[in-house]
Amino acid sequence: MADNDNVSGVEIQLDHVTKRYSGSREPAVKDVTMTIPAGKIVILVGPSGCGKTTTMRMINRLIEPTSGTITIGGEDALRLNADELRRKIGYAIQQAGLFPHFTVAQNIAVVPGLLGWDRKRIEQRVDEMMDLVGLDPAQFRTRYPRQLSGGQQQRVGVARALAADPPVLLMDEPFGAVDPITRGNLQDELLRLQTDLRKTIVFVTHDFDEAVKLGDKIAVLGEASTIMQYDTPEAILANPANDTVAGFVGAGASLKQLTLLRVRDVNYNDDALTAVSEDTSPAQLRSRMTEAGKTYALVLDGRRRPQRWVHVRDLSTAASLAAVGRPVGDLVSTQSTLQDALEAILAEGGNAVVTGTRGEYVGTIDIRTVTDTIQQIREEHETGSAAS
Amino acid sequence: MTTTTDVTGFSTESGSRRADRMRLFAQPAAVVVIVGLVLAWAFSRDNDEIEAQSIQAGVLLTKTWEHLVITAVVAAMVVGIAVPLGMLLTRTWARPAAPAFIGIANIGQAAPVLGVLVLFFLWTEWEGLWAAALPIAFYSLLPVLRNTITGIESVDPALVDAGRGIGMSSSGVLLRIELPLAIPLILAGLRTSLVLAVGTATLAFFVNGGGLGELIDTGYKLNRVPVLVVGAVLAVGLALLVDWIGAVLEEYLGPKGLS
Ligand SMILES: Nc1ncnc2c1ncn2[C@@H]1O[C@H](COP(=O)(O)OP(=O)(O)O)[C@@H](O)[C@H]1O
Ligand SMILES: [Mg+2]
Repeated sequence: MADNDNVSGVEIQLDHVTKRYSGSREPAVKDVTMTIPAGKIVILVGPSGCGKTTTMRMINRLIEPTSGTITIGGEDALRLNADELRRKIGYAIQQAGLFPHFTVAQNIAVVPGLLGWDRKRIEQRVDEMMDLVGLDPAQFRTRYPRQLSGGQQQRVGVARALAADPPVLLMDEPFGAVDPITRGNLQDELLRLQTDLRKTIVFVTHDFDEAVKLGDKIAVLGEASTIMQYDTPEAILANPANDTVAGFVGAGASLKQLTLLRVRDVNYNDDALTAVSEDTSPAQLRSRMTEAGKTYALVLDGRRRPQRWVHVRDLSTAASLAAVGRPVGDLVSTQSTLQDALEAILAEGGNAVVTGTRGEYVGTIDIRTVTDTIQQIREEHETGSAAS
Repeated sequence: MTTTTDVTGFSTESGSRRADRMRLFAQPAAVVVIVGLVLAWAFSRDNDEIEAQSIQAGVLLTKTWEHLVITAVVAAMVVGIAVPLGMLLTRTWARPAAPAFIGIANIGQAAPVLGVLVLFFLWTEWEGLWAAALPIAFYSLLPVLRNTITGIESVDPALVDAGRGIGMSSSGVLLRIELPLAIPLILAGLRTSLVLAVGTATLAFFVNGGGLGELIDTGYKLNRVPVLVVGAVLAVGLALLVDWIGAVLEEYLGPKGLS
């Protein structure tokens, strides 16, 4: 773990935490002890009714534990004022829970307002958060939640949860109510945000695939939140602790491994010939291509974002690089999973362009890279080492 | 906020809204025309001495003013009592008491208002404005109380949860989330209460509270139809106007972003 420097999250510890709702004999959460490491995404996954929500809501004391202790960043959460505690813990829920009579900006501004920030700072922060979650402030600031799509509402929900820069973020099935495509996008965005923010995120879901995709660690919970396995997704996929966990993991575990590997973790190619359209003439590019012995080159825009693939023979007639060749289709980012990359490769017919965090070109990936990786995982499993 | 163009479902909305807007103009216009015609008729006819005593600008203005004052006092009391009471009764710890209060308010409304008025008079021996306004307020409390409770209780619990979850205090959630979202229902209740109040204020003369009821009473007792008609028409006009004010409040005071 060499990447601990700019972690803004803090560690959360649950110590023998039990919750018994008044009127029910069996506890909803029974004697849970777990450590949620700082700056990691920990997923609580398990069947509906197993106590995930209850466990999570005890962390910000929306539900008071019947017994046990919870410490957040070394502080005993049960000793703090609950309202003040919650202002330092981001909270995002299914369907976003946006206040319908507040504009997008007002929704995001709630917690900074509660913390007494001055107006100028709040305004700046609101715009910053909207940028962060990919909503244009000028367009969306004064909209009301009803005027947004489900996915946009969820983005605002995340922006609101993050507005006061809390070290901890609690998310209860936040993407459960949006369509699968939007859900995929929101998951990707959350991962993108997390690489910069490094919050401690507790994320509740009943969808194991979502858990695998998002989690640094997954806690597979059973009845009354008993922890059946608490480990990295790789370890759980490779070696489920028992039949119940194995059942939960479902079929195709080794294919799911593909979703765990990110493009940045594999050896993608970075030897494509590139040219910035504004600085290069077709003739220049052609001579460079002949020199390098390449038939294809990638044209980039001024910010080095991939635009078009050109074949060397397209160049003899072209006046500028702005419109020759074939537009680049599906891109993958270094954040994308190998599964997404595989899809893009198939759609693109052999080669998909890899972009960095700002959308700039960093390389290409082809089917060889993916098959080599699959091979490698298989070999690791065959040698029986379930180490992650 | 009518800047949305790209949101579906807005077209039917604006259709019914246009009808509402039409009513907002038509209703006061109709009142002015009808009251104007009746007054023109009453003033232009050959009134005898008794009729002339009532049908004169000063008297009509005073009676109308008294009627309005009673209505305003009742409205202020209803809002001042029923809204806070309703808010209180939706708190978790007070919820069991809500049926009792609704029950009392129900009795207030179910009992004949004249009976309430007279009993209150016999009990306090008060006369005048307050002797009329207090029982009338009791009588017209229920719609606002009930709608405040219903309005707050029908706020999506997920919003309350979200509010508490991001660190709003329970009173913060009540004042910034629950109450504003309940305002459309509260205003609808207030409108009903106001119409009840204007109507029942015609009985205020029983306890020397003044109002248009006096004209009706005079016209009836002394068998002077024009006086009776003028009193009745003014009372009806006032009721329609008050209802109109209620509609205007509903139109413009509700929280934004809900449709
Ligand atoms: N407020 C409550 N009062 C009583 N029982 C509750 C309450 N909330 C949840 N429960 C019960 O506790 C158990 C766990 O619920 P929950 O934590 O919501 O599960 P999950 O989020 O995993 O679906 C369920 O059996 C549920 O019925
Ligand atoms: Mg749940």
